[in-house]
Amino acid sequence: MSGQIEHKMEETVSGAFEPKIMAFVCNWCTYAGADLAGTSRMEYRPNVRIVKLPCTGRIDPLFIIKAFENGADGVLVSGCHPGDCHYTTGNYHARRRWIGFKSLLEFTGIDMRRLHFSWVSASEAIKWVDLINNVTDEVKRLGPFMEYKGLKP
Amino acid sequence: MENALRKKARELLQNGEVKVVIGYGFNRRGTHVTPVFITKPEDVDRLVFNPRCVNNLSVYLTRKFKDIRAIGRPAIVAKGCDIKNIVVLIAEAQLKREDVYIIGMACNGMVYRQELWKGELKPEIMPTKCHNCDVRYPHLYDCVIGDKPAFVPPDKPVGMVFDKIKALDKMDSSGRWAFWVEEFSRCIKCYACRQVCSLCYCERCITEKNMPQWIETSAHPKGNLSWNLTRAMHLAGRCTFCGECERSCPVNIPLNLVNKKLIQVTEEAFDFRSGYDEKAHPPMIVFSPDDKENFIK
Repeated sequence: MSGQIEHKMEETVSGAFEPKIMAFVCNWCTYAGADLAGTSRMEYRPNVRIVKLPCTGRIDPLFIIKAFENGADGVLVSGCHPGDCHYTTGNYHARRRWIGFKSLLEFTGIDMRRLHFSWVSASEAIKWVDLINNVTDEVKRLGPFMEYKGLKP
Repeated sequence: MENALRKKARELLQNGEVKVVIGYGFNRRGTHVTPVFITKPEDVDRLVFNPRCVNNLSVYLTRKFKDIRAIGRPAIVAKGCDIKNIVVLIAEAQLKREDVYIIGMACNGMVYRQELWKGELKPEIMPTKCHNCDVRYPHLYDCVIGDKPAFVPPDKPVGMVFDKIKALDKMDSSGRWAFWVEEFSRCIKCYACRQVCSLCYCERCITEKNMPQWIETSAHPKGNLSWNLTRAMHLAGRCTFCGECERSCPVNIPLNLVNKKLIQVTEEAFDFRSGYDEKAHPPMIVFSPDDKENFIK
């Protein structure tokens, strides 16, 4: 995983800061939702990098730490709505884990506006587009995640 | 109390019910209390029990259990707080209840570190767990040595750990970040916190997985943060707050704060307290459809 995201800050032609958003999504709902947004020719912020996983239950908290370590300014985790999991209960297990992990990161002092959780189903292309736009704009306002990037490797 | 313990140990070894007693004894110079393994009935006089017996011996029931089992069935001298760890090990199927003979010790509190012992047990030198202990009389045992202590834990938990958590919660996120980066920057990646923890029993730890290298091996702030967050997360809903990780930390990182914080979170969110019921599933391997999800959009 390391090396895929470069550490240098990304800048557009106009010179404004463009955040890097990592999205960990499940194969069956959110990825299909993002796919629907694509095939429907919907336009949304290009800042998001999607990593597809079989299920939200596969998302190890370490993935999120690793994303921040490798220079992400914001992280989004998304999967099927409760009750819709392709593997019946993966998202319920993931939700438990996130409750603990979110409190831990909050306690460590990581700004929770940089870490987002959501449920997006395969038909919710519009929700996905709004979500990415909102997350990108919010992280853009916060600026680059210098606290984490400033940690000496 | 020591005599009763020695008598029991002798009895167990003589009638062959156990082959080894894992307990506490003095080191050769008599300066520290260390773990001892008694295999012969004539050696039981080496066993001691006093407020300096701080070690959590249940760690010998995990990674080292193979070696212990090679000798035979063990008996373990355990305080209430150590028994909590044994309960978690049974709940997580690392151990069968009948695999070990638990000699429960009624306990009146321990010192935070052995070096603080000056011949008298004062509240100032006791760790936070002892001030709020509800298992001074063991809750899972084959026999108990000692009488039921009169101590009743306070309704609202007291102690330095709770005060510090409250103070940190009041800070803004940049204040907390500065605090933890400063604390974790001292980490030297010796992994003493992992080695001493009886619940860190993975045969191959995530730190040793290097394809890809999940946790940076050298001791720098970035890798230290990821190690300490991962360690805390792997103990979420399992940690019993025995405090061994903080005690063994050579650079005094306040690991009890993170552990206690996660214990509070799991207690609040899942109504689960680790280490009391060996038949209950740990909260992170089960779920409820009613878990709160106000943070998921």
